[in-house]
Amino acid sequence: MDARRTFLSWPVVRQVRSGDLLGRGPSVTSQKTREIEPRTSSADRVVQSVCPYCAVGCGQRVFVKDERVVQIEGDPDSPISRGRLCPKGSASEQLVNSPGRQRKVLYRRARGTQWESLELETAMQMITDRFLASRRAGWQDRDEHGRPLRRTMGIASLGGATLDNEENYLIKKLFTAAGAIQIENQARI
Amino acid sequence: MQDLSNSDCIVIQGSNMAECHPVAYQWVTEAKLKGAKVVHIDPRFTRTSATADRHVPIRAGSDVVFLGALINHVLSNELFFKEYVVSYTNAATLISEEFQDTEELDGLFSGYDDDRGAYDPKSWAYASKEAEEEGGTDDQSGGEIGDPGSGHVHGEQRSEQAAGDQHGSGGPPLEHARVLRDETLQHPRTVFQILKRHYARYTPAMVADTCGISVDDFAYVARAVTENSGRERTTAWVYAVGWTQHTLGAQFIRTSAILQLLLGNMGRPGGGVMALRGHASIQGSTDIPTLYNLLPGYLAMPVAGQHDTWQDYIGAIGSKKQKGFWTHADAYAVSLLKAWWGEKATAANDWAFDYLPRLTGAHGTYQTTMAMLDGEVEGYFLLGQNPAVGSAHARMQRQGLAKLKWLVVRDLNMIESATFWKDSPEIETGELSPEDIETEVFFLPPASHVEKDGTFTQTQRMLQWHHKAVEPPGDCRSDLQFFFDLGKRLKAALAESTDERDRPLLDLTWDYPENEHGDPDAEAVLREINGFHLSGDKAGQPLSAYTEMKADGSTSGGCWIYTGVFADGVNRSANRRPGQEQNLTALDWGWAWPANRRILYNRASADPEGNPWSERKRYVWWDQAEQKWTGEDVPDFPPNTAPSFRPEPGTGGPEGIAGDDPFIMQADGKGWLFTPKGMVDGPLPTHYEPQESPVANPLYSQQSNPSRKVFPRKDNLWAPSANQPGSDVYPYVFTTYRLTEHHTAGGMSRWLPYLAELQPEFFCEVSPELAAERGLENGGWATVVSARSAVECRVLVTERMTPLVLSGRTIHQIGLPYHWGVGRDAIVSGDAANDLLGVALDPNVQIQESKAGSCDIIAGRRPRGEALLRLVEEYQSRSGTTALTGNELRTTGDGS
Repeated sequence: MDARRTFLSWPVVRQVRSGDLLGRGPSVTSQKTREIEPRTSSADRVVQSVCPYCAVGCGQRVFVKDERVVQIEGDPDSPISRGRLCPKGSASEQLVNSPGRQRKVLYRRARGTQWESLELETAMQMITDRFLASRRAGWQDRDEHGRPLRRTMGIASLGGATLDNEENYLIKKLFTAAGAIQIENQARI
Repeated sequence: MQDLSNSDCIVIQGSNMAECHPVAYQWVTEAKLKGAKVVHIDPRFTRTSATADRHVPIRAGSDVVFLGALINHVLSNELFFKEYVVSYTNAATLISEEFQDTEELDGLFSGYDDDRGAYDPKSWAYASKEAEEEGGTDDQSGGEIGDPGSGHVHGEQRSEQAAGDQHGSGGPPLEHARVLRDETLQHPRTVFQILKRHYARYTPAMVADTCGISVDDFAYVARAVTENSGRERTTAWVYAVGWTQHTLGAQFIRTSAILQLLLGNMGRPGGGVMALRGHASIQGSTDIPTLYNLLPGYLAMPVAGQHDTWQDYIGAIGSKKQKGFWTHADAYAVSLLKAWWGEKATAANDWAFDYLPRLTGAHGTYQTTMAMLDGEVEGYFLLGQNPAVGSAHARMQRQGLAKLKWLVVRDLNMIESATFWKDSPEIETGELSPEDIETEVFFLPPASHVEKDGTFTQTQRMLQWHHKAVEPPGDCRSDLQFFFDLGKRLKAALAESTDERDRPLLDLTWDYPENEHGDPDAEAVLREINGFHLSGDKAGQPLSAYTEMKADGSTSGGCWIYTGVFADGVNRSANRRPGQEQNLTALDWGWAWPANRRILYNRASADPEGNPWSERKRYVWWDQAEQKWTGEDVPDFPPNTAPSFRPEPGTGGPEGIAGDDPFIMQADGKGWLFTPKGMVDGPLPTHYEPQESPVANPLYSQQSNPSRKVFPRKDNLWAPSANQPGSDVYPYVFTTYRLTEHHTAGGMSRWLPYLAELQPEFFCEVSPELAAERGLENGGWATVVSARSAVECRVLVTERMTPLVLSGRTIHQIGLPYHWGVGRDAIVSGDAANDLLGVALDPNVQIQESKAGSCDIIAGRRPRGEALLRLVEEYQSRSGTTALTGNELRTTGDGS
């Protein structure tokens, strides 16, 4: 018998001593439970962020341990959200860590029936080649009245409302310089 | 957002705020705790309704009748805020003699062109002195009045453009602002009298017969908003895509703007019209637009035939003679071109204006989808969007993807838009097979929000920096890195090119510091967006405000409205002084454009003399001792322009703003009740029925918006409307919506175990009466059939859906959340509600009507395989629909 186990650790006595009269609290807590610490208290660092779902812009605190995100919680300092998050924002740790998240480049060839793996570098070069070819194929110098168009109708894009302003800026800048105009995002939908 | 807690009454209409923006809803709750009245107007009873003082069920798509009747009520009973309306709006302004109202033309305004299915808005202009031999007094002088319609925009192209959203930071240009005004509001051609006549038939009885809202409910709302508006009290209106996604969506919002101006609720604490947007940076991606018709800061993309030269372009975006800050649009445009093309942009080459590609019409996402079907688009990038589930007519979207040569999908999860070639519904029906689909698909995983630095702009224009917490895993890269890398590769591949078409790419400024992983420095990009001095003493220093921008090439800046976010070299979007250490406005948390202002046009929170309208609603006021504007917020006004200041007549620019012109981005400094320019489908909102509707327009024989964008195609059929033969084949109204636990097409939610478990399955909401009529069982299956497709879902029979009685006829509405899609990769999948929708667009903003459609509902699961197509065809055939059905734009008069 454990030497520390004495009369005082008898269940009923524990209940009375700890004030846990219904026996649902500290008097019945296991050693394992007692030793559990919140992930938020053992994190190496906390980083301020913003919820990636809707446009309310709730503040988030991202808890990092061993270079891995271990929890994401509401930021009580935010004057907009005051520490609160909705179910989506509360689940956003899974957005980062869920096993279903894709972490590798995949490729489906024309008429293919399955995914194939591909090196990122190879994919980037293939996309660059195709971009230039389609840009050329859809190029229009002038309209039927001879007015300048200087554009390509061969390339289009959809997306941006979930991205950063800086990303949208580079997307618009690059596509516009390349002559691609069919650039759209969720704001049209 | 926090400012909603200052409201005395909040009307939520076209939004289910408590479920779709639950954290923002705490401010509605705060207002309610302080005694505010909360009203929810929506087809469905939701948690928003449950926590409101009253829920008013409405027929989807009839909001203009309801709001128009409130306008009529306010005008007829003299309940408007007279001093505000006379001083701060264009109520007193006279409109051209040429103008004819929908009340005169049975649902059309003057200027309708049948050939183009669009308006020439010339006759909607402010009255000009030349046409006036009698009546009216000139604003401030006896000088002549110019033509407010800019000569640079020609009707033909104008109507093809998305127009409304080009005015995201201010109104459209006028040549100048010396207008005729009658401040007694009695002249029959004042905006005020035109409004009165226009809405005279929008009565409580009309509301009952059109919206299905009882006279008692209408009176309740009318009392709530008028009793809570004026000097001492303010009312706020809150909306979301329940308003935008209609063929006259922009006009829904205009109607509430008119009402809020009449009640004196704009620019004041607890007032305004609040848009609740649904994506973390959807405001940012409009400000810095990944949109076809815009350049950063709401500068227009040039259009062939309108903006062929730099002079054409500058003349069209802002006249030097109009009032306000848009007169300096040339400085904003030159600074942008300098940011993009650096030293290659010179005065001699018009700042490389010719490097910009030109538009020739609408090139929106739906037009692009149809161009894919026609084989005109070879390559497509999907950047965190899932159109195979999330866009209207998702079937058409998937078929478009199958016609591409190549597709790049960048998403956290393996979304249906990446797997359409193997498991889309069209594979099951046999319409498509993997062996026939030529599309090459590249799936490139991106970094998540915690794996990169950058800013999101939230729904109230506030930029918030999010810090990188960890490195992205595996092949995941930020989109910043992807596009930076792609740009470098494109430039390298073309390095030897002598082709003139490659100059814009080769000359593009494209050098950002990068870390050891090749990820560019997001702060360097934000600095470029903010802008720099290029020459003089301050060369190399960041600009502090857009007022420092010059049109002479001495400044650069990628988005003028964001200038100031890096003032003094400090990243102000990363400001994080805790809310509890600040007042409610919290100016030291993040940075809001423009100039860190939190409430736009806040000079209107003071009376014409510059004093707060009341102590209770004190916000921004004129400090006589200091001779400047001051208050809780950054004043949205020239800081030292006294309330009594009156400019020399005809003065343009910020110097032309009088001390009582609060709407400083409008060409005449006034809030526009009537829009002489800027809306392509009419200067006043008028009720039209949705593209598909069981109801005949009770106001006009013009059934639907005569300038809406329709696409008569065999793959885009419509149910017959109103009392036409075949309309009873699709007798019910459906409306789509979102749930708390999912995010749009599910790409960020259906792959998360918690969220998938919370909302596992596609369902429909139906009333007990409709369930009885159609033999539907709670928890059982139902098949919903539209003229485009049929989907199956679980049935939720609930009294939250109210059958509406219109003129003795019962209208049933069905609610459909649209988060699920058909595929094998998500934790939960299901049919996509968006398959039921067709494509018909609002002409101002090219947004689809997805909030009201016609359908049938039957018990049981849908047929599988080819039998599904046969079911849809059988319905189409029974209704007699053809590619022309519903696509006739004009249904009134002889059309000659």
